[in-house]
Amino acid sequence: MTFQGWFLILLFVGILLALTRPVGLWLHALYEGRRTPLHVVLGPVERGFYRLSGIDPTVEQGWRRYAIHMLLFNTALLMLTYAVLRLQGVLPGNPQGLAGLSPDLAFNTAISFTTNTNWQSYGGEGTMSNLSQMLGLTIHNFLSAATGIALAFALFRGFARREAKAIGNFWADVTRITLYLLLPICIAYTLFLIASGVPQTLAGAVDVSTLEGARQSILLGPVASQEAIKMLGTNGGGFFNANSAHPFENPSALINFVQMLSIFAIGFGLTWTFGKAVGNTRQGWAILAAMVMLFLAGVTVTYAQEAAGNPILHSLGVAGGNMEGKEVRFGIAASALFSVVTTAASCGAVNAMLDSFTPLGGLIPLFNMQLGEVVIGGVGAGIYGFLLFAILAVFVAGLMVGRTPEYVGKKIEAREVKLAVLAIAVLPLVILGFAALSSVVQPGLAGPLNKGPHGFSEILYAFTSAVGNNGSAFAGLTANTPYYNALLGVAMWFGRFFVIVPMLAIAGSLAAKKYTPESAGSFPTTGGLWVGLLVGIILILGGLTFLPSLALGPIADHLSMIRGQLF
Amino acid sequence: MAKAQSKSLFTADLVVPAIKASFLKLDPRELVRNPVMFVTAAVALLMTILLVIGQDQLAVAFKAQLAVWLWLTVLFGTFAEALAEGRGKAQAASLRATKAELVAKRLKGDGRDHDDVPASQLRVGDIVLVETGDLIPSDGDVVSGVASVNEAAITGESAPVIREAGGDRSAVTAGTRVISDEIRVRVTVEPGKGFLDRMIALVEGAERQKTPNEVALTILLVGLTIIFLIAVGTIPGFASYAGGSIPVAILAALLITLIPTTIAALLSAIGIAGMDRLVRFNVLAKSGRAVEAAGDIDVLLLDKTGTITIGDRQASEFRSVGGTSDAELAEAALLASLADETPEGRSIVVLARERYGLYRAMPVDAEVIPFTAQTRVSGLRYGETLIQKGAVDSILRANDGSGTTAAATELRRITDEIARAGGTPLAVAKDGRLLGAIFLKDVVKAGIRERFGELRTMGIRTVMITGDNPLTAAAIAAEAGVDDFLAQATPEDKLALIRKEQSGGKLVAMCGDGTNDAPALAQADVGVAMNTGTQAAREAGNMVDLDSDPTKLIEVVGLGKQLLMTRGALTTFSVANDVAKYFAIIPAMFVALYPGLGVLNVMGLATPESAILSAIIFNAIIIPLLVPLALKGVAYRPMAAGPLLARNLALYGLGGLLAPFIGIKIIDLVVGGLGLA
Repeated sequence: MTFQGWFLILLFVGILLALTRPVGLWLHALYEGRRTPLHVVLGPVERGFYRLSGIDPTVEQGWRRYAIHMLLFNTALLMLTYAVLRLQGVLPGNPQGLAGLSPDLAFNTAISFTTNTNWQSYGGEGTMSNLSQMLGLTIHNFLSAATGIALAFALFRGFARREAKAIGNFWADVTRITLYLLLPICIAYTLFLIASGVPQTLAGAVDVSTLEGARQSILLGPVASQEAIKMLGTNGGGFFNANSAHPFENPSALINFVQMLSIFAIGFGLTWTFGKAVGNTRQGWAILAAMVMLFLAGVTVTYAQEAAGNPILHSLGVAGGNMEGKEVRFGIAASALFSVVTTAASCGAVNAMLDSFTPLGGLIPLFNMQLGEVVIGGVGAGIYGFLLFAILAVFVAGLMVGRTPEYVGKKIEAREVKLAVLAIAVLPLVILGFAALSSVVQPGLAGPLNKGPHGFSEILYAFTSAVGNNGSAFAGLTANTPYYNALLGVAMWFGRFFVIVPMLAIAGSLAAKKYTPESAGSFPTTGGLWVGLLVGIILILGGLTFLPSLALGPIADHLSMIRGQLF
Repeated sequence: MAKAQSKSLFTADLVVPAIKASFLKLDPRELVRNPVMFVTAAVALLMTILLVIGQDQLAVAFKAQLAVWLWLTVLFGTFAEALAEGRGKAQAASLRATKAELVAKRLKGDGRDHDDVPASQLRVGDIVLVETGDLIPSDGDVVSGVASVNEAAITGESAPVIREAGGDRSAVTAGTRVISDEIRVRVTVEPGKGFLDRMIALVEGAERQKTPNEVALTILLVGLTIIFLIAVGTIPGFASYAGGSIPVAILAALLITLIPTTIAALLSAIGIAGMDRLVRFNVLAKSGRAVEAAGDIDVLLLDKTGTITIGDRQASEFRSVGGTSDAELAEAALLASLADETPEGRSIVVLARERYGLYRAMPVDAEVIPFTAQTRVSGLRYGETLIQKGAVDSILRANDGSGTTAAATELRRITDEIARAGGTPLAVAKDGRLLGAIFLKDVVKAGIRERFGELRTMGIRTVMITGDNPLTAAAIAAEAGVDDFLAQATPEDKLALIRKEQSGGKLVAMCGDGTNDAPALAQADVGVAMNTGTQAAREAGNMVDLDSDPTKLIEVVGLGKQLLMTRGALTTFSVANDVAKYFAIIPAMFVALYPGLGVLNVMGLATPESAILSAIIFNAIIIPLLVPLALKGVAYRPMAAGPLLARNLALYGLGGLLAPFIGIKIIDLVVGGLGLA
């Protein structure tokens, strides 16, 4: 590890902490439906949408209606994308003349982008036409992100409101978030990326002669615009197969740094928005503190492991850290940081090959996702997932102060506990269940590239990434098979909506409750004790659930490496 | 709370029946109420079957030991519950015996003759005669007569109490004994629904329903069980990828150590013991819900008299007006009080003696003028002299209609001062001349200020309820250190105050005894009715204090908190335990697949078999080890939530994390030493 490496990491966190309040304030304006400076320009557009669709944004919805509208909206978009991908061959905007996708790949991809996962069983440049990228996929990059943030708003309202039936209007939330947050930032961000050399064109490939005289076809496309929302909306689906390791997606160390910032910016801001919404910004900072602690712990492990490198190579006389699968323009620190950022937030973009990481270096991205994508997490999804853990933490330890557990003024009772357990149990059920299945059936066993614990890690990582709606790939797994496409598709759907529906039910249940004023006898949810408790509960719950699988995957891999055996 | 801890937990008369009952509780229909223990029993059964027909490489002796310890885990849980129920059962048995012998002298229509009928045949509205030495056959109201009643059967207090027709002391309880005089009682409850029946059901735990927090906790425990079922159930798949297989017996052992058996085994015992503590504290809660609500209380409404101040006011000063000297006033007051047997009257006599050395016998020709609610004045007439003592307004009206004389003005000033200082003024006049006022002082109970301070650190607000005027109330409130007060309170004011606090999300507790307290008692989240109170009050409250001590409200809150804390502490302990168990079993289970995983054996356990057995043994014996804690409750001290959480987290969270590492290691050494595995 180097001083520059740590400087980079701490600078990164420092900038984000500085951004938290401004971003949070902006989000809070949208949360409350307040006027922003952008309303001068975009207000008419927003009202135009409502007029066209016949939606009255002032009519609020109860949690059931909110959930149903959200599900209908997402299902409709899913079907649109499925159709676009299947019909790609006959649709325009296809300069390369690519064929339509197979049913299983289209199914997998449509779910993947709808659920903000952006798992890609395919290589982007050789599979997707420009129309598919823009209409089929980029639209989800915006709307799945907006959906996530809207859902977080709905849960915030559950905590903030008193004896209320409604938790907001889904359509108004999604429209405002898209119009006043995602679009404006992405426009500026895209221009910045273009200025930095990221391509933005509707043309197909450029044919060039290389220095050796060979002819090479270099693919171009509307990369910059997709890149912006890919990061900001924690989507992570690359235009190119190499994702953010590709020089057109991520040309320089500076762009790499900005991209990492943009992955976390909204996630950091939302914690502040939560605090503001429940009337005490320290509540938000406490959550952020717990998230940042978990994040920095992860970065430390991965960075240390990657910088230490592989002892077997050392014994062969290759000194230094582990540079296998990393881009030289980023180096070890930025690659380690990027991999932890992208898996902590459910972004899933990669700028280095995780399969080539040291076993423990690669364990952290895996564990980040197994914790439920709550370390910052996906936009919106991170904080609502985290709040589910907070509910459990309050319940387990809250009784110890001799009162019915309360969190930000709301009593946590049987219904909330039941729903939170339901939402959290989906993760291990699908991750471990599908991974176990794939470890025994033939189509599952055909997937991994490597043998032994490393091969198992590849399977485990794929399902973890899918359920966590992360979308990053450990690589090594041949996932574009009907078996994996179908199973991963189902996993992504469960990982998203089987968490969301109970979560919204909690929002509805909390909104209906009375407010319990805080007193000296209330369970403290702002100080260091609470932060430590949150970290402890998340680590213990996640650790206990996944330790057997981790032991047989990365941990066994690591211990074998120390003993001189690689897989 | 000395009363609550009188009896030892582990006496033979409690333990032996509990051991028997713990086997009876293995009935699946009863076990299923506790899903975690049901799963444990199912796994123990599976292990027993595997022992007989299992086809694996494990030694039979090893599997037999696992099976035995799994069954013991279940039995320890049922034992804990049975032990907690034991004390209640013994008490219920003696109450039942009392109930069986109840016979009623039911009056016939003429109101003179009576039949002897079993108490179970009485109906609401029947009038029964109860004579000296009789047990009162049913709950009811005294309709005529006065009697002293020994209520020891219910309250454990042998000093008799007076029960009389009308007023707030008219309620009588079945099973109590009239020890003098006779009364006629109108039956107010149907057979089987009386206080005695409720008490039997309560102490026995027959109608015990899970409280809201208990339900929520059970759901969490079931959720954790499901998650661990998934975690364990998927291991065979993973192991097969690694080219091996894990015997079912080992997986079963891992599952049982991971699911929260400790808290699940103790959960109902904690609840029963919590109720039992309250019963032994002579407070009957009508539901477990009420006990939990007590822990959540934000606002305590406390009656001034009897709770904050000692019941009786004491004369503390004589303040004369006009040309009268204080000694002259004292003498008049003394004479006026000679016949006054109230504590206030006696205190005036005492003060006059102590302060002015005055000794006066009753004048021979004296005529006592008794106090009445209409005149609000009492006094003494002897010879030509008339001394009057009473409420300031009444004295003024009787002696100085206009109230404009200099003496009257001065008297008003003095009485205002007295009121502002938290006292009650009594005016004295002699032959139509105003002499001055007696300062009757409310005496705040010793130590009560500190109690309120403790409550404040716990985040509980105290509100004093008093019929005094605002000036007096403010002074006493300041002296006692309550946070707020409600002066000149009517029952309607009380009810309104409770509603107002509740609409702000606060939980309110109060105690009361009169019929007019009933609406407020019913509205409060915790309403403690005094046992000496009226039937209406006892019906309205969700707790009854058999000792009729309003100060106990504070302890009731403490007991509620202790119950919740015990549950939380053991849950945390139970979950934290899992970490060490993983470190025992995971390496033992997987070391054959990947020898490198042996490094996870941080405890250095001797063999894989010994590691698994030790974890299972620890998991089982921690239950009986924690039974005393579960039954007695965790140590409770009033403090703010922050430090309390820090303390309990360190004790039960960190302790729960570390204890099993040590415990499993020790057991491993014993297991190895005895050659068990």
